[in-house]
Amino acid sequence: MTRRFPILPTLIVLAGAAYFLVPLYAAFQFSLQMKRGELSFEAYRSVFESSTFLSTLTFSTVASAAAIFFGAVLVVPTAYWVRLKLPKLRPVVEFLSLLPLIIPPVVLVFGHIRLFGSNSILPLTMSSWGTNILLVIGYVVLSMPYMFRAVDNGMASIDIATLTEAAESLGASRLRTIIDVIFPNVRSAIVSGAFLTFSISLGEFVLASLLNRPAFGPYMVQLGQDYAYQPAALAIMSFALTWILMALMQMAATRKPGQRLFRPSRSLAASKSQ
Amino acid sequence: MTAMTEAGTAAGLRESAPQPRAGVPARGRWDWLGAVPFLAFVIIFMLAPVSYLIIGAFQTPKGAFTLGNIADLASPNIAASYWLSIRLSLASALIGTVTGLMLAWAVVLGGLPGWVRSAVTTFSGVASNFAGVPLAFAFIATLGRIGLVTVILRKVFHINLYATGFSLFSFWGLALTYLYFQMPLMLLVITPALEGLKREWEEAAASLGASRLQYWRFVGAPVLAPSVLGCFLLLFANAFGTLATVIALTGSNFSVVPILLFQQIRGNVLYNPNLGYALAVGMIAIMIVTNTAYLVLRTRAERWQK
Amino acid sequence: MSFLTISALRKSFGANTVVKEFDLGVQKGEFISLLGPSGCGKTTVLRMVAGFETPSAGRIHIDGQDVTALRPNQRNIGMVFQAYALFPNLSVAENVAFGLRAARVPKPQIAARVAEMLELIGLPDLGGRYPFQLSGGQQQRIALARALAVQPRVLLLDEPLSALDAKIRVSLRTEIREIQRRLGITTIFVTHDQEEALSMSDRVVVMNGGIAEQVGAPFEIYNQPATRFVAGFVGTLNTLQATVADAQTGTLSLDGQHVRLGRALKVPAGSAVSVALRPEAVRLGRAEGLDVVLKARIDEVNFLGSVIRIRADMGVGKVSLDTFNRADAPPPPVGSEAEVSFAARDAIVLDH
Ligand SMILES: Nc1ncnc2c1ncn2[C@@H]1O[C@H](COP(=O)(O)OP(=O)(O)O)[C@@H](O)[C@H]1O
Ligand SMILES: [Mg+2]
Repeated sequence: MTRRFPILPTLIVLAGAAYFLVPLYAAFQFSLQMKRGELSFEAYRSVFESSTFLSTLTFSTVASAAAIFFGAVLVVPTAYWVRLKLPKLRPVVEFLSLLPLIIPPVVLVFGHIRLFGSNSILPLTMSSWGTNILLVIGYVVLSMPYMFRAVDNGMASIDIATLTEAAESLGASRLRTIIDVIFPNVRSAIVSGAFLTFSISLGEFVLASLLNRPAFGPYMVQLGQDYAYQPAALAIMSFALTWILMALMQMAATRKPGQRLFRPSRSLAASKSQ
Repeated sequence: MTAMTEAGTAAGLRESAPQPRAGVPARGRWDWLGAVPFLAFVIIFMLAPVSYLIIGAFQTPKGAFTLGNIADLASPNIAASYWLSIRLSLASALIGTVTGLMLAWAVVLGGLPGWVRSAVTTFSGVASNFAGVPLAFAFIATLGRIGLVTVILRKVFHINLYATGFSLFSFWGLALTYLYFQMPLMLLVITPALEGLKREWEEAAASLGASRLQYWRFVGAPVLAPSVLGCFLLLFANAFGTLATVIALTGSNFSVVPILLFQQIRGNVLYNPNLGYALAVGMIAIMIVTNTAYLVLRTRAERWQK
Repeated sequence: MSFLTISALRKSFGANTVVKEFDLGVQKGEFISLLGPSGCGKTTVLRMVAGFETPSAGRIHIDGQDVTALRPNQRNIGMVFQAYALFPNLSVAENVAFGLRAARVPKPQIAARVAEMLELIGLPDLGGRYPFQLSGGQQQRIALARALAVQPRVLLLDEPLSALDAKIRVSLRTEIREIQRRLGITTIFVTHDQEEALSMSDRVVVMNGGIAEQVGAPFEIYNQPATRFVAGFVGTLNTLQATVADAQTGTLSLDGQHVRLGRALKVPAGSAVSVALRPEAVRLGRAEGLDVVLKARIDEVNFLGSVIRIRADMGVGKVSLDTFNRADAPPPPVGSEAEVSFAARDAIVLDH
């Protein structure tokens, strides 16, 4: 069959590119116009100078990191154990890990507030620390589907059961096996899940707002109501950050065990030319 | 925001349990203990809160059984809210499905160079995660009252966008904004289905004398249909649960269901917790129906793609 | 004039020429196999005949008509793919009916033809099933029925048996050949399996590197391979080193012995040649009519059941030979010395 120039596909891709790039360009353009009559990075400077920006960003970063940590601690051993010892339970665990996809965040936090409120056995919302913990738990729940998927796929690809048997037949203890054999092999899967968790929770608004936490999401919404140019600057920075996180996630996900996350520049240049 | 729908590999699920060997502790009886932390977490922080809401939806504030809360969902402003949410989600999912499918078709089957496809796919991975507040800001800078496109239309083409009845902060504005994460999501989830269309099918059809149109009508479209419908439902659910973008755009003036619930929780509206529970249960019900239908359709599509 | 004529066909993908100067004439009703290793261009030739690839040069005629520029759906050619390629959303009957439906044949006629086709392939009751409910062998038979339903001028099969289990592969082989004979349909069959090609075909085209190395009946290809490649690819081959003693009388010097082939050689005396022997031409020990006897050391003995395959080193080369198992005569031990014999007329001389 003779190949003609693909006119229609080209037009479609161009239209798509316009739709996706114009808002980015517009936000960028807008973010530079804070000073009348000239283009400047004034909006970015003013954002970075705000102490609320820094404190909320720090808060959200810490909360996200905590969510990653607890999520990994919860998911990794479970995924391992279920694959190794409880294969019959795997469909159940997988189903449960996917449940957050059908519970809207606003519903989840509503349940949390009611269940862990003032007259509950576990009155987490009554103290500031308790509320922080509840926020982190919320993020663990929201990222659970992605974390579990990443880790479970990682384990599927290395045949955990055989590796464990091999290690044990060589005399390694169960703990040694997990630390020296399993973990290094699923590390990139965990890292990939971690970056996704981070991108979900860093700018998260609903949970943080309803739990009244001084987090980055609510700060951004407030900023949007009070200012004109700074939000555009924030949009650009967020997009850049999302891009970086996704790139890191992709790198971690496609990396082979033992390979370092960042390849030396020589091989990076080589891989580009492929 | 993203749905990870690439099929999980079922490999590694070993059929026969290994025989116990000397030196290895006996297995079995206490193995289930290993799943307890996870199950406890799920029960305490996912199932219990949701059950609490579901039970509460069927109770009066005093704790007696009632269907009144559910019935109250039919009251004019709540019903209007659901209707608005459903219409917005339908519109957004429909546009997202059509445009995402077109884009996916163009890059997967359109005969464009390979780098176009990897660029579009990579960008989609980012854009489908670029939602919430920053997305709203970017669109305000584009189509807000002094947004770039609005201004260009007015100054260069003498079209006053906002005089035509369009507003970024209304129904179609929201739908257009949602498209920014809906279209990439569609592209990502429908790509495997498009790749599943085997070249041999088209060739077999051609060798049997069929035209391209006949191939698409009798084979291509029917094979894709379950996947497309499934993805449509996924997009619907995705739009239905969207909240942060709406708040950042409209400041909670646009009363879709999540906003209504948000305000209920905040206590901004007439506060009746049990009605709030019913609202939440309504949302979950819609999510369950759409996601179940999605899974059923996906299973069906996968059966064909073996 | 052949029914299907392929002349000077060439195909390049960029700088890579995968089919070179390919000529072939196929008689009406003939069953021809393209045989060759993976990557040698068999599929590409077939796809050019079907119209899925445009030749870089050369022409294809079917029944006197030049089809080189025709689109695939105007050629009236049946195609069967390795991976079956049944339409997953259509039932078996709808699959078989597909070409007729595309040609807008009236419904009752379609139904009759579908029933006839399903009868032909021996699956008359499966019309209502869907492809994913069928075994591989059944799917491939349906694919054959689908291709035949439109009464194509030529049937093309691209490694149709490769994806199947060994047992089904052999039974389907006979079945395809029988259906082909009954319908008298001109057929090109692509395979990398020499046994398949030899057992099914009227003629075999042995391909290598985009070139047809030899075209001939299976018997001819096997017993008189034209080139070293053909000799090596079709069947197991033993090669011995020899020098030409006398070209006129066809005498070789092999391990000091003179071997008279009884036919003239084209290479001058003194030049080194390879002598090829099929395993079945070589015998352990002496036997009547086997005039060449060489000393050999037994290197390997593989007991395969009814057959014992022995590898013996004769100094001038190693040979594989098969003996039938006999309960009263155990095979020689590895490392022992033995005599190996063959008939001089069975030796195939390969030029260097
Ligand atoms: N569309 C194509 N583009 C580039 N190279 C191709 C293409 N199709 C086939 N080839 C190359 O042509 C050669 C012959 O392929 P093919 O005809 O499929 O071999 P066979 O069927 O004998 O295994 C191979 O080296 C293959 O890589
Ligand atoms: Mg091939």
